Amino acid sequence: MLRIDCLRSIYPDLENCLVVTIMGAVAAELHSLGHRPNFFYLQHAMGLASSTGLGLALCLPEQKVIVFDGDGSLLMNLGGLSTMARYRPRNLVHVVFDNESLLSVGGFPTATSTGTDLEGVARASGIPRVATVRDVESFKSTLAGAMHGSELTTIIAKVEAKGPSGFVTDLSLLENRFQFRRHIQSLKRS
Amino acid sequence: MPVSLTSSRVIFDALKECDIRLVSALPETWLVHLIRMADEDPEMILVRLAKEEEGVGVSAGAHFAGVKSAMLMQNHGFLASVNGIVSFAHLYKIPLLMLISYRGSLGERDPWQTQGGNISEAILRALAIPYFCLDAPETVKKRIRQAQTLAESSLQPVALLLTRDLMWEEQ
Repeated sequence: MLRIDCLRSIYPDLENCLVVTIMGAVAAELHSLGHRPNFFYLQHAMGLASSTGLGLALCLPEQKVIVFDGDGSLLMNLGGLSTMARYRPRNLVHVVFDNESLLSVGGFPTATSTGTDLEGVARASGIPRVATVRDVESFKSTLAGAMHGSELTTIIAKVEAKGPSGFVTDLSLLENRFQFRRHIQSLKRS
Repeated sequence: MPVSLTSSRVIFDALKECDIRLVSALPETWLVHLIRMADEDPEMILVRLAKEEEGVGVSAGAHFAGVKSAMLMQNHGFLASVNGIVSFAHLYKIPLLMLISYRGSLGERDPWQTQGGNISEAILRALAIPYFCLDAPETVKKRIRQAQTLAESSLQPVALLLTRDLMWEEQ
């Protein structure tokens, strides 16, 4: 399963959510499908995309928030799973693209390649709904279920360690950040 | 416990007056009353963290949502947050109001706190984070307001160091 195919399969459903991604291939691939003002790409600070999603979800309980995380980033902030589970916002969906690799820095294998089970870690951290998916159809249906459900969900999507040739987009970090915040404020006014 | 209830109340009331509606925290002795006050206040969202760096992400999310937030941490928690501060708050111009208990400075009895006390201000200066030491309850309200104003206008982290004189009542 390729991450870009996963993203393409659910891209239309992201229109009315707030989306936070990690850096590298995830950001570049989502951006390549077409940037929207409700997408925020955290191009550094590995581990904090999930924490950002938690802050958004707690402050905007009526708004669906999706985080696109990765195995390397999540392994840097496993404690964040316990924080998310503690508050378990019903409007937060946490997707982890697990390619068992730190792809953007040269493909170094992460601990999920040697047996660390992120679904098990998420479940044991107290995340109420967890699932592992291995094909695009399952990804699409599991994510749809989580988005329309009312429980904090972590979905581990096992994907191949393949990505785009480059990671820099033409969207500046600050432009993205200000646009994202302005978009949210416009939602609150409407 | 000789943590100052009076000063904790003054700090918490000042945060409320600044429209702070979310507080992230990792418990430490000097912050115990402040965290309890945040927990008991129905208007306040308290996020208890596993590690302080998470608070940078939580506060960034709150900022995007239009909610004003503050971070409660020990100076060692600040040290544990440095990458988040640099590669999120600084990189993306996120305002952070950081209230940092200043352990390991004059009067510290716990040997394990002393190294962090030595270098906290030097690290804040190295990161070009504006900071101010709070040591008198009567200035707390004004300084918290000023720190938040600067964080919001400059879109950057600002730190207030909560000193022993403010937080600890010797018995």
